[in-house]
Amino acid sequence: MKAIEAINDFVIKFANVNGSGSASANELFAKAILRMGVPVSPRNIFPSNIQGLPTWYEARVCEKGYLGRRGGVDLMVAMNPQTWDADIAEIEPGGYLFYDSTRPIPESKFRPDINIIGIPLTEISNATYTDPRQRQLFKNIIYVGALSMLLAVDAEVFEKLFAEQYKGKEALLDSNIRALHLGRDYVTKNMKAPLGIRVQKADKVGDQIFTDGNSAAALGCVYGGATVAAWYPITPSSSVPEAFQKYCDKYRTDPSTGLNRFAIVQAEDELASIGMVVGAGWNGARAFTATSGPGISLMAEFIGLAYFAEIPVTIINVQRGGPSTGMPTRTQQSDLLACAYASHGDTKHVMLLPEDPYECFEFGAVALDLADRLQTPIFFMTDLDIGMNQRLSKPFVWDDARTYDRGKVMTAEELEAGKDFGRYKDVDGDGIAWRTLPGTHPTKGAYFTRGTTRDPYARYSERGPDYIYNMERLLRKFATAADMVPQPVFDKAPKKTKLGVIYFGSTSPAMKEGLDILNAEGIHLDAMRLRAFPFPASVEAFIAEHEQVYLVEQNRDAQMHSILVNELSIDPAKMIKVLHYDGTPITARFITDYIRTYLEAGASAASKTKKQKEVA
Amino acid sequence: MTYITKPALHHPSLTQNKVGYTRRDYEGRVSTLCAGCGHDSISAAIVQACWELDIEPHRVAKLSGIGCSSKTPDYFLGASHGFNTVHGRMPSVLTGANLANRELIYLGVSGDGDSASIGLGQFANAMRRGVSMAYIVENNGVYGLTKGQFSATADKGSKSKKGVVNNDSPIDLVGLALQLGATYVGRSFSGDKDQLVPLIKGAIGHGGAAFIDVISPCIAFNNHSGSTKSYDYVREHNEAVSRIDFFTSRDEIVTQYEPGEVVEVEQHDGKTLRLRKLHNDYDPSDRYGALSYINEHQARGEVVTGLLYLDPDATDLHASLNTSDTPLAAFDSKQLCPGSDALKKLNASLR
Repeated sequence: MKAIEAINDFVIKFANVNGSGSASANELFAKAILRMGVPVSPRNIFPSNIQGLPTWYEARVCEKGYLGRRGGVDLMVAMNPQTWDADIAEIEPGGYLFYDSTRPIPESKFRPDINIIGIPLTEISNATYTDPRQRQLFKNIIYVGALSMLLAVDAEVFEKLFAEQYKGKEALLDSNIRALHLGRDYVTKNMKAPLGIRVQKADKVGDQIFTDGNSAAALGCVYGGATVAAWYPITPSSSVPEAFQKYCDKYRTDPSTGLNRFAIVQAEDELASIGMVVGAGWNGARAFTATSGPGISLMAEFIGLAYFAEIPVTIINVQRGGPSTGMPTRTQQSDLLACAYASHGDTKHVMLLPEDPYECFEFGAVALDLADRLQTPIFFMTDLDIGMNQRLSKPFVWDDARTYDRGKVMTAEELEAGKDFGRYKDVDGDGIAWRTLPGTHPTKGAYFTRGTTRDPYARYSERGPDYIYNMERLLRKFATAADMVPQPVFDKAPKKTKLGVIYFGSTSPAMKEGLDILNAEGIHLDAMRLRAFPFPASVEAFIAEHEQVYLVEQNRDAQMHSILVNELSIDPAKMIKVLHYDGTPITARFITDYIRTYLEAGASAASKTKKQKEVA
Repeated sequence: MTYITKPALHHPSLTQNKVGYTRRDYEGRVSTLCAGCGHDSISAAIVQACWELDIEPHRVAKLSGIGCSSKTPDYFLGASHGFNTVHGRMPSVLTGANLANRELIYLGVSGDGDSASIGLGQFANAMRRGVSMAYIVENNGVYGLTKGQFSATADKGSKSKKGVVNNDSPIDLVGLALQLGATYVGRSFSGDKDQLVPLIKGAIGHGGAAFIDVISPCIAFNNHSGSTKSYDYVREHNEAVSRIDFFTSRDEIVTQYEPGEVVEVEQHDGKTLRLRKLHNDYDPSDRYGALSYINEHQARGEVVTGLLYLDPDATDLHASLNTSDTPLAAFDSKQLCPGSDALKKLNASLR
């Protein structure tokens, strides 16, 4: 029988039961491969559930460093009887099935074209441990041990990881090492190892770090000087404020008094969360909230207030599958329109589009600066794929010479000196007016902040000219923002081409790989990665320079397409929509299939390649 | 009518307080509310209270929601920053503002529609968090700006101006505030300045979640017979349980009271609040006793007013969160940013 042979290039998928403690074992496995110097990109595929439902951990091992989902499974670790049939069906022909053989499984439940590896995990664990919880947890470590032998991952790598994790807890350290070797020893005694797929030491990880986007965003908010966070629990964003709490506890406690230089409130709902952030921003603190689609819908009225009254606000939106409750534990880029034009009336908002943990950290700090500078809501648009999966990325960087840009805040001295203060007056020509903070000066600079129309001196006014002045100024401010936000990143094809491709956010790793694949086939595309809205002139220029531009998005309605068409003078027909929205992260295979077919056979053939793959 | 500016000239004989301000310095723009509106009396009481407390106007932040009541912060304390937020959401904005700068005095002004109808959730949660603020509801039982619909505090059986009878049970914000943990709870009447001014002063100096429900008749839509929020009704049914006499700690006690009649409480701002009990059976330090007393009297159609509950040991949200004494808004990158060395260590732990 055929057996897949691949060194440092395969996909392993763990099928587990939620709440069985598998997550930390699987993470340990991924980290061990990284320590072998081989890039790995894991993804959690999990239900909206705490205990009992199926959950998967899919790790792509790829020496070339492609971190997108590949598609297909070479080795299935089938630990969940509930999903057995679907899991078996997913294995590539010639692939491997690893399962717990303690209980006999009828022949008909296997496939003839895959390689079967049965290990009596439960039996080994039960023979060694008596406590039921230990039996379960160490069974996980036993399978990690067995896999390490089968895939040729060194035992020392695990021993070192355990030593780091259980420093000072020697009993736990010893018992984990013991469980690891139970698995390894069984393989050594009973089967041939390693398999045709295996890990070989390499040096392709370098100084990269391995972390999730939500933690990185939270850390960016710590470095960027956020002191107030208000939030309401919602998947997949809850780990942002939780990480913020963790980092603040570590970095933001006054060493001499033990008092906190931060305040975090879990609010009663998203309306209150954004209300607190608006109040704090108005009063001079850097503040943020983190939420997902349903929370954005609830916040809409406040977002309009912050836009119109011009309050610095940072909103981290970890997007999930919509609409409504949608797919709470799946990924999409489907809140773009809801955020870009959130709230009633004429509004437009700045959006940042990070691609990975490195940019989540960087944009966290950038968002807080921009909010202060532009005095407006800044949407930080990440998604579940970036937010809740650990990803290899460049290490975080901070320049100690960097200071916070607090924007145009008039001081008591300036007011005292008689500087003219018009809260909504454009004195610098950039559309950004000066503001004062409450309590600044006894007699000067106070004004009444409101969502109603006003004149440049913040006096209530419904006069047409006053209204137009203000609305035009807000547009001018938005134009100013286009040059302040992170600029697009361009990747020119090795050969001159009339084709272009636009992408953003979590599509990055799949796109990078897709471009390499297409280049190798002689299909060349210049690429532009959008990093923010509004768009600077370079975005329109890129589209103008190409005859055909593919626009890759993870939503049904081509929302970025709508925004580009709405904001720029471009022919919509020139931009071809490449849309992936089944809730799984987009793959290079999907992108390349679509573009290749489109070029060969046109639009209708390409749309047929859009098979919505079943996840389970 | 906000385009009418008030004359800036002050009468030279106006008395200055200890921080050098006259009462006029605590006023705002000319009110655009109806002549005779109870809300204007409350604005005047706030002016009087702040002047008497020697508060510098710019050290107050005044926040409101939406509605007639929420427009009033424009009509007092013109030298203070104000924030007219969105309908029913003043409590969250005030909470955030307070977290950013704990050194200012927070005055929340809201109405019955704003706090009991659309904003009930935010009202409740701000009380339970113990946000340090003086939260005043100007309660008239109707929506004025939209012309006379019932609000959630309208009593069951009361009649609208058009003759419609309200069939829904009322929400009693005082009862809720007591249940939810507010540490200073009062009720008053816009027509009783002698009672209201000291109540507001006490609320401002309290240092925890202070709530005052002020019945404030709507002259345009809810001042007719059949209404339980009219001037006549409240005057006839007002049942005051206490009077606050407010002294600084240095002041001498000039009046002699019967034993047991007076409670003295040291306030957060260092001043002493003296509460004179008008009913011997009323104990303002008993949260649950206060609740049942209010409920019993309410059932008889009486409006119990005065300082209803006071916890002298109140703490606030900053205490719960262990925040620094320095306002969070005052920190800069030196105090907030952990720096590149810490980041290098953190990077190392993520490999």
